[in-house]
Amino acid sequence: MKLQSQILTGSEDFAANRAAHEAALAEIREAADWAAAGGGAGARERHVGRGKMLPRRRVANLLDPDSPFLELGATAAHGMYDGAAPCAGVITGIGRVQGRDCMIVCNDATVKGGTYYPMTVKKHLRAQEIAEECHLPCIYLVDSGGANLPNQDEVFPDRDHFGRIFYNQARMSAKGIAQIAVVMGSCTAGGAYVPAMSDVTIIVRDQGTIFLAGPPLVKAATGEVVSAEDLGGGDVHTRLSGVADYLAEDDAHALALARRAVGSLGGATLAPVTGGGEEPAYDPEEILGVVPGDLRTPYDIREVIARVVDGSRLDEFKSRFGETLVTGFAEVQGMPVGIIANNGVLFSEAAQKGAHFVELCSQRKIPLVFLQNITGFMVGRKYENEGIARHGAKMVTAVATTSVPKITMLVGGSFGAGNYGMSGRAYQPRFLWTWPNSRISVMGGEQAAGVLATVKRDAIERKGGSWSAEEEAEFKQPTIDMFERQSHPLYASARLWDDGIVDPRKTRTVLGLSLRAALNAPIEDTKFGVFRM
Amino acid sequence: MFDTILIANRGEIACRVIESARAMGVRSVAVYSDADRGAKHVALADAAVHIGGSAPAESYLRGARIIEAAKASGAQAIHPGYGFLSENPDFVEAVEAAGLVFIGPSAKAIRAMGLKDAAKALMEEAGVPVVPGYHGEEQDPDFLAQQAAEIGYPVLIKAVAGGGGKGMRLVEEPGAFGEALKSAQGEAATAFGNEAVLIEKYIQQPRHIEVQVFGDGERAVHLFERDCSLQRRHQKVIEEAPAPDMPEAVRAAMGAAAVRAAEAIGYKGAGTVEFIVDGSDGLRADGFWFMEMNTRLQVEHPVTEAITGVDLVEWQLRVAAGERLPKAQDELSITGHAFEARLYAEDVPKGFLPATGVLRHLKFPEGARADSGVRSGDEISPWYDPMIAKIIVHGPTRDVALQRLADALARCEVAGTVTNLSFLGALARHEGFGRGEVDTGLIARDIDALTAMPAPRPAHFALAALAAQDLLGDVAGDTGFSLWAPLNRQVVLRRGEEEEELTLRALGPDAHDVVMGEAVIAARRIGGRWMLDGEVAPPVVVTGDLVTVFADYGIGFHVIDPLARASAAGGDASVIEAPMPGLVKAMFATPGAEVKAGDRLAVLEAMKMEHSLLAARDGVVAEVLAKEGAQVEAGAPLVRLADEEEAAA
Repeated sequence: MKLQSQILTGSEDFAANRAAHEAALAEIREAADWAAAGGGAGARERHVGRGKMLPRRRVANLLDPDSPFLELGATAAHGMYDGAAPCAGVITGIGRVQGRDCMIVCNDATVKGGTYYPMTVKKHLRAQEIAEECHLPCIYLVDSGGANLPNQDEVFPDRDHFGRIFYNQARMSAKGIAQIAVVMGSCTAGGAYVPAMSDVTIIVRDQGTIFLAGPPLVKAATGEVVSAEDLGGGDVHTRLSGVADYLAEDDAHALALARRAVGSLGGATLAPVTGGGEEPAYDPEEILGVVPGDLRTPYDIREVIARVVDGSRLDEFKSRFGETLVTGFAEVQGMPVGIIANNGVLFSEAAQKGAHFVELCSQRKIPLVFLQNITGFMVGRKYENEGIARHGAKMVTAVATTSVPKITMLVGGSFGAGNYGMSGRAYQPRFLWTWPNSRISVMGGEQAAGVLATVKRDAIERKGGSWSAEEEAEFKQPTIDMFERQSHPLYASARLWDDGIVDPRKTRTVLGLSLRAALNAPIEDTKFGVFRM
Repeated sequence: MFDTILIANRGEIACRVIESARAMGVRSVAVYSDADRGAKHVALADAAVHIGGSAPAESYLRGARIIEAAKASGAQAIHPGYGFLSENPDFVEAVEAAGLVFIGPSAKAIRAMGLKDAAKALMEEAGVPVVPGYHGEEQDPDFLAQQAAEIGYPVLIKAVAGGGGKGMRLVEEPGAFGEALKSAQGEAATAFGNEAVLIEKYIQQPRHIEVQVFGDGERAVHLFERDCSLQRRHQKVIEEAPAPDMPEAVRAAMGAAAVRAAEAIGYKGAGTVEFIVDGSDGLRADGFWFMEMNTRLQVEHPVTEAITGVDLVEWQLRVAAGERLPKAQDELSITGHAFEARLYAEDVPKGFLPATGVLRHLKFPEGARADSGVRSGDEISPWYDPMIAKIIVHGPTRDVALQRLADALARCEVAGTVTNLSFLGALARHEGFGRGEVDTGLIARDIDALTAMPAPRPAHFALAALAAQDLLGDVAGDTGFSLWAPLNRQVVLRRGEEEEELTLRALGPDAHDVVMGEAVIAARRIGGRWMLDGEVAPPVVVTGDLVTVFADYGIGFHVIDPLARASAAGGDASVIEAPMPGLVKAMFATPGAEVKAGDRLAVLEAMKMEHSLLAARDGVVAEVLAKEGAQVEAGAPLVRLADEEEAAA
């Protein structure tokens, strides 16, 4: 049951793999550091000069001293908006407050005054979605000028735009998921509804403001001249308007009050304690050398599993059937999980096995962990004729309709329908994380370019023309380049197709924290859809 | 032997006596005041009797009540400890009249030594050398001035009934005599109810050497000397035995003189004969003079026990029970060297001011004897001596013993009150003291160096911050986890008046970086032990909002709780407003009046109720904004207090 590694850690391959991963990691780290720095030195200095804590420090001081922080979308909006919105101008993540997992949403006012770009909205909504699914109390550290006006068409009107934030607040509050707002700066216009819609609101004196229209707009509209503090400052809102409930003297005080508010929530949390469990028998550090730097090089996914699960123990299910999909029971930091991991292209047997295993875990209410490295389902006459689409549909149905929490980790390729069967973003896993070496696209860039080239060649040759190999290569290159660029994890993560890029060595902890968050909510009974038998 | 004894004392000496009694199979009865209800000596004893209020006069000095307690509890003897009733001959008589045994000398012996001038005369008769001086009854200032001139300046004026340095004055030249005499008499009258003084020659480089004696009523032996020269304002700080550089001949001469003194008064029990010794040119057999005899067990008796192997309390009980002297003089010898340091709750930088407080943590080093009457959680109250413990060490040589003292002091852990540990430590490491150059002026000469407090190092702040955040013990395995950027927490520590903001960066359960100004301190747990920048971290305890790092004899830091800070900052307490619409029924505030928080400033009548409006803080009324009889709206300002700058101007 304990997995046996076949890897030679002293080999040349191991060293080469490691070097490739480290190069990929360095690129991500640079992006993450840039995002963490927010709006740059000048903006940060001005922020601190106003007596305000920097946003990441606010998050740190809100959390328990020994809390981990599972940040979401740490490189959101990377390479977008001409670099105007590092981290999408909002920090989101899960951390412990008074021993309880909470969802933190913290505006970064050093980034364009904390205004909402399209990705800011998407990131905020994604955090709320996770909170709702996992029953995590939400703490909003608000310091934002509201919608980013030049982008208003992509921020305001649609279903998953700004208004959805308050809709979510109301719906979560109705479900008993606490909504706590700490107003540490502006809360203008629509933003005013974040504190107003919260169950409990704290505001910082002479710093936090809440109003539907700020002093300039008031003057323009009615001619009334009023200071921000008199219009909607902490004193006004805690004494006169009742929009806020607690008046804080400064950021530190406000965060302490928020901590106290979480302490008063009552009700036990279901989440198990993390950080425990037997360590894997093989050092997670070795993952970098185990996984090939080139996605096209096959390797045994059990080598990764052995470096993630407790004691490197896997109770492998149906190991002799449908061998390109590894399924089995294991524990991660003491929490039981069902693991579904790709070990090659998906065949009919593998898809049936996957569906079977999802059914098992659903009945037993065991969360599923998908280790996704998939080029797709097998193609060709034999496979189509035997009904691989039917078998694939079984697996997709099982994955789509199971009620157990799903956590997906992209450890390699994520191409085509394989993405669906392996719980891609559309299948609403509780969390979806990605490794720096992963690539995601509808198909490989080479294949896509090849498809387009074949179509073009057919057209040219139908007209009696000829197309040289050089011409074809020239034609294919832009498509290959586009796919390469768009399938990169930084491109993907910037657009929040995932919840963040993970250092492969931290996989075990990230899975542990994700599971703990997910187990905060009770697991419902599963009712599967019709399986095409 | 007695079956049960009562200990008419408290603190460390009561505990000390109980321990020896228990070792001998004797039951012990403690007495206690209100303040000592939960004290260590009460917990230690086999039985305990409440004897009155916290002030000594209402409890530990109430002889009749104590004797009553002894009889009620079945005790056959009373051990007086030191201080309180230990040298009160009336009490001894009362104890004996009640049919009980007083564990100590007779009333007569105490009286003989009680008045210093009479004692000196008696000693002169017994052939014990005394310091030249006037010990007569004539107290006329001119006469005394003339006596002083005959003795030769400098002279010392001392209260006849005195002790502990009270009513004592050094006079360097004739012109200052009159003034000094007056203040000495005044102090003596207040302290002892007796303003009579005596005059003595002042010895230039005096050493305080005392001889432990023990008598059985007829014969006496001595248990060698103790050097108590390390004194601050006549209060002993560190004592040792034997005295450094003591020639055998001088020791024999002093011992013989002390035994003569004891036998001259038929002394029974443990006593101490104090000599003043001229240390200016080595110790000489003709260079010591009798000062006084303490007719009780001394605070510093443990150093004698350490070098002789004798349990003096055990001897006290045996002799009081009727035994003869347990050992003859030739059966007694000195082994090695011993030191005792007196650990007090004292604010050294504030002139050794006695301090109070709850000992939130108390731990004595292993390998040293610690005689203490308090435990972790006990309070050093203002009612009694602020002693925390006596730290006693022994070694084969003076050098080794002194090294052990310094080490033991460095490893004492006291949190919750300031202490004199740093001062004691500095003394133990004092070069001159190390060489044995002791005299009673040493501390005064080097007081600045001895009381200098080293500033805490950034590593100490860092450790305190980590301890305050409870990050040093068992923490979750995912402590400090982050995907990419580590989080930086802020912790504010207060030390004295200074506040320091530190940044904590958790890198994992066993690794933190702490930033303080320019410094970055790397805290790493290696093999279960925390290291700060590669050095082993000192012990640290957190008790409430106090963090004590046990480096440099204990450094206390207060953790600033943002919630507490905010309540102190408060709201705008300057303007008193009408809480609802109503009629100003009465206005008590007048401009310029000083008010205290809680003072009634006005009465508002509204909704058929009278509401008192109180001052939210201390201050001065700047303005009265509504008159009596005025109808006011909700929120209307009624009284404004001056802000601080305004009030100061």
